[in-house]
Amino acid sequence: MKRLLVLLCLVLCSAAQATTPLPRDSIYQLDVKLTDQAGKTWPLASRRGHVQLVSMFYSSCTMVCPMIVDTLKLTQKAVDEPDRDRVDLLLISFDPARDSVAVLNQYAERRKLEAPRWTLARAEPAPTRQLAALLGVQYRPLPDGDFNHSSELLLLDEEGRIVARTTVIGRLDPEFVQVVKKTLSAP
Amino acid sequence: MKQLAVILSGLLLALPAAAADYVALPGGSFSSVLPADGKVAPARIAPFRLRIEPVTNAEFLAFTQKRPEWQRDRVPALFADAGYLSQWAGNDALGAAISPSQPVTRVSWFAAEAYCESEQARLPTWYEWEYAAAADGQRADARKDPAWRERVLVWYSRPSNAPLPEIGGPADVHGVRDLNGVVWEWVDDFNALLVGSDSRDQDGADKFKFCGAGALNMQEKENYATLMRVAMLSSLKASNTTTNLGFRCAKSD
Repeated sequence: MKRLLVLLCLVLCSAAQATTPLPRDSIYQLDVKLTDQAGKTWPLASRRGHVQLVSMFYSSCTMVCPMIVDTLKLTQKAVDEPDRDRVDLLLISFDPARDSVAVLNQYAERRKLEAPRWTLARAEPAPTRQLAALLGVQYRPLPDGDFNHSSELLLLDEEGRIVARTTVIGRLDPEFVQVVKKTLSAP
Repeated sequence: MKQLAVILSGLLLALPAAAADYVALPGGSFSSVLPADGKVAPARIAPFRLRIEPVTNAEFLAFTQKRPEWQRDRVPALFADAGYLSQWAGNDALGAAISPSQPVTRVSWFAAEAYCESEQARLPTWYEWEYAAAADGQRADARKDPAWRERVLVWYSRPSNAPLPEIGGPADVHGVRDLNGVVWEWVDDFNALLVGSDSRDQDGADKFKFCGAGALNMQEKENYATLMRVAMLSSLKASNTTTNLGFRCAKSD
């Protein structure tokens, strides 16, 4: 009987959490679907509950994007255990035409970006543009298949609020790391 | 019989009040103020269809009635700032001061996008918009004509507190109206116009953000009127709304 109650509470309590309204500034209000490197499709809001570092990239980018990945890794490593294992990393492609699930998967393997900590995702062109607008990331396709784009790392709290951003790429941004640590240790 | 009537009325209700008109534009190679490669390459524009007129207050009101999440007291701040539709008398009414056939303004990029989706359309890209706006009554590209430039610049100098004109200006050679002279218009890629070329020619890590000036082509003075528009669009966030900024939609062929 007691066990049943515990079970019941587990079900009800988690349901209660899921229906708590999102904060007004949560990006999870955007109703878009993403597909990850394993081919799974999920709503953006399913990321709720995770502190995460987010950036946008495209896999055929040879210059700045690898540095974005490096900087994400550096930032993750700058967080001490055990909090480090709670940092999720989300890379969203702005090149859905070429970044298929298979391409994202290869990229993840080549750069040793392991699931479930790392998620590489793509969306259809319109939601991709919406996501970029929300994240403040700018990109424009060039005739040769490359992109003009801004390079930024963003920190999302568990509720999907953008709590910090940095344009420092290629090395650690100490102020950004501080906010990451603080967000992870928030109750 | 009654069933038939129900089905029929269902069908009629499903139709938009007055389906918006779109015209086909051929596209092609176009010399934009924003060279495709940041240097000289012309833009390649695929054939597309453009809404003949900007979206009006009446049309946008009908949209917010169908999609109440876009009414001004319901829309999340993330998708539209505090000025969103603030010229209307109420959440659900234009009021006497607002003409139904004026272009709707004070709409965010997110709201404009959602509206276009409701017409199975999208916002035009910058290149599509710039290409369409280069036309006059006789020519697809009238930008070399001082009269074209003059008309655009004269409009810019109109005070922004003057009431907005109604739609229905003269049709250009494609059959499109009011691209210049009534409102500024959102484009799909408004926030990407000034991003520099993959930052590849830069050295310090801090400069990886981007370098805007590099993407502009100031060689031709005809470009000036158009560059003002690029500058204005680039200064916006997707949730911003302004008194003179409306939109129209486009469709890929």
